[in-house]
Amino acid sequence: MSGDSNGHGAHEPSFWRKYVFSVDHKVIGLQYMMTAMSFLMVGFALMLLMRWQLAWPGAPIPFFGRLFPPDLAPNGVMSGEFYNSLGAMHGTIMVFLGVVPLAVGAYGNYLLPLQIGAPDMAFPRLNMASYWLFLGGGLLMLSSFMMPGGAAQSGWTSYPPLSIINPGQTVWLFSMVLIITSSLLGSINFLVTAMNMRAPGMSLWRLPVFCWAQMVTSVLLLLAFPPLEAAAFLQVMDRVFHTSFYMPKGLVVLGHVSTVSGGGQPLLWEHLFWFLAHPEVYVLVLPPMGIVAEIIANNTRKPLHGYKTIVVSMISIGVMSFLVWAHHMFISGMSPALSNFFLVTTMIISVPSVAILTCLIFSLKGGSIRFTTPMLYALAFLPLFGIGGLTGLPLGLTVTDIYLHDTYYVIGHFHFVVVTGSILALLGGTYHWFPKWFGRKMNDTLGKVHFWGSVVCMIGVFGPMFPMGLAGASRRLYDPTAQVHNLIVQPLNVVSTVFAYGLFLFQLPFIWNFFHSMFRGEKTEENPWHATTLEWACPSPPPHGNFDKTPRVHRGPYEYSAPGRKTDYWMQTDPA
Amino acid sequence: MITTAMDNPDTHSGVSNAKLGVWLFLCSEIMLFATLFTSYIVLRTGASSWPWGWDALNVPLGTLNTAILISSSVTIVMAYARAYDKDVKGFRLWMGLTLLLSFAFLVVKGFEYHGEFAKGIWPSTSLFYACYFTLTGLHGIHILGGIVVNSSLLYMSFKKEHWDNPLFLGRVEGAGLYWHFVDIVWIFLFPALYLL
Repeated sequence: MSGDSNGHGAHEPSFWRKYVFSVDHKVIGLQYMMTAMSFLMVGFALMLLMRWQLAWPGAPIPFFGRLFPPDLAPNGVMSGEFYNSLGAMHGTIMVFLGVVPLAVGAYGNYLLPLQIGAPDMAFPRLNMASYWLFLGGGLLMLSSFMMPGGAAQSGWTSYPPLSIINPGQTVWLFSMVLIITSSLLGSINFLVTAMNMRAPGMSLWRLPVFCWAQMVTSVLLLLAFPPLEAAAFLQVMDRVFHTSFYMPKGLVVLGHVSTVSGGGQPLLWEHLFWFLAHPEVYVLVLPPMGIVAEIIANNTRKPLHGYKTIVVSMISIGVMSFLVWAHHMFISGMSPALSNFFLVTTMIISVPSVAILTCLIFSLKGGSIRFTTPMLYALAFLPLFGIGGLTGLPLGLTVTDIYLHDTYYVIGHFHFVVVTGSILALLGGTYHWFPKWFGRKMNDTLGKVHFWGSVVCMIGVFGPMFPMGLAGASRRLYDPTAQVHNLIVQPLNVVSTVFAYGLFLFQLPFIWNFFHSMFRGEKTEENPWHATTLEWACPSPPPHGNFDKTPRVHRGPYEYSAPGRKTDYWMQTDPA
Repeated sequence: MITTAMDNPDTHSGVSNAKLGVWLFLCSEIMLFATLFTSYIVLRTGASSWPWGWDALNVPLGTLNTAILISSSVTIVMAYARAYDKDVKGFRLWMGLTLLLSFAFLVVKGFEYHGEFAKGIWPSTSLFYACYFTLTGLHGIHILGGIVVNSSLLYMSFKKEHWDNPLFLGRVEGAGLYWHFVDIVWIFLFPALYLL
């Protein structure tokens, strides 16, 4: 509707309008992609520094140690405050500036309008505003390292009263407000686009799984982020105006009784934070699941097993994800009766997740699988995400969680979910849709090197964390050797660190492959994978406005190997 | 795969993009204020002592502001009705009145805040005043946002091109929806803070 005022005209826009301040969902999608991938690298780099300290506590950081100001790293040895900042910023950057913008901002923005047959988003200028708010929030977050007091030090979860006493937190809060606003505008845009802009014939049950995943994700972002915004607002009040929403009475800080009026509840923040952050986990997971579903259907050359089951499961995950948040808080001191409620809901929400994974595994059955590079990623996703999911169950049960809480086991669990799950799928998606974005293919050999190297290294980094956690090693320790019971598993920290550096090295072929293939890659036609969905029914890369004329949709998204047809794929747009 | 009559179902929600967008935005706003109200309840029930609103706050000014806001909801509906009939002058009159009332609300609010500051009361004084200043302050920011939207619509109404644009009426409606929402938030805020 508002698309008519945004000039899908014939005139050639200027360079700035075309590539920088663009309202085209495809350009914005790629902007999100480049920015989010850069943030992923930054977040990864922060972790590489931390891993050095964890493996060899107190040893000067080689090469880079001397580059840091002496208050952060005296004589090249990381200080405790710097370690805390790195930890807080690693989590924040990876979740809010890396994976979510990549999964939703980049993939969703680029593919959702194409897959539903729309010329653009419902509100293109709002879309541009979302990106610039996100970039502003991200840069502000990064700049906090250079500000007086340094970056936030209270973990990505920012639990009070620590977060209200520690320096650096105010900038964190303000950048979060920008990022949250960007997400809210984006999710409104996605939902309106998906509800109103579908091509004729594209009923809801003909939407590709990826679109459903984006829709559910948008609902989660729309309804779960405002509580964090409100919670952040209260924390800003506590920090700037010295209110005590989260400050109890008579708190003693560094030997002095705090002067705030008191009466607030630190636990309130935990509830509000996890009310966002648990749905946020599904924001991290659902779009990658959608990507994996697309890749699997395309490369098994048969319809997805249980399309409706997958969609209904995604919707029930979306609903249920609002009812499980306090399983992050079993040992926080909240009422045990509440713990039982959240234990039950947590067990229930694992059912639809398992249903999706089972459908995806059954989709492989009887297919003539093409082992293309994206398919390798999708196939690796299935067992590795499975490990991530199943290791979560002991954390959802109160009895086992009391022991495992805040150990390395937790870190291993959610990194298997997000890294070998989400990030692996997002990388696979890059290989899958690269021909659509740039009209060229990425190099397969380099892709396979990247794949095997990354998968082995990811398992090497996060695998050792399970035995470490079971042995009782706490997370967030600046010097793990300071506790005697950690010494026995300290060699595993070294293993983890070595694999982390390996993981970094194996990203280099990907980076080279990405940029080299953008200009020099093998040219492809508009549908190189012989896929069925609408994004493959327009030129690669699609022009401004996407389709020459509005496509008509005649069938469901995964009509592969339909009997009695010459080709083994039947596009949604084929009249017959 | 047989082609059926289902081949071309209606795929549109029947609600315009702008209206659907405003409604979704309001959903997120509901979550925002619901969180704040929930926090208020949690903090209040957990507190060892809590003042009665009518002892601590200026109830007459609050009542006046409630009347002002409810009137402004009426005037913005009138503005929409005038815009619907393409009555340019009527629209300007009612939208102008709405803006006047919104400014009046902020002025009254300013007097109220001033009275508290003069007594040496700040957000840091107690948890009650922290809730009071935060909730009413955030609501005030929403009023400011509404003033920006409404005055830009008033400005647009002076140009003929906007009256020819079919989207204009939708924008007025969207602004009306938002304004009603801000009003409803106050209807909850007023008793929660001043009366209970």
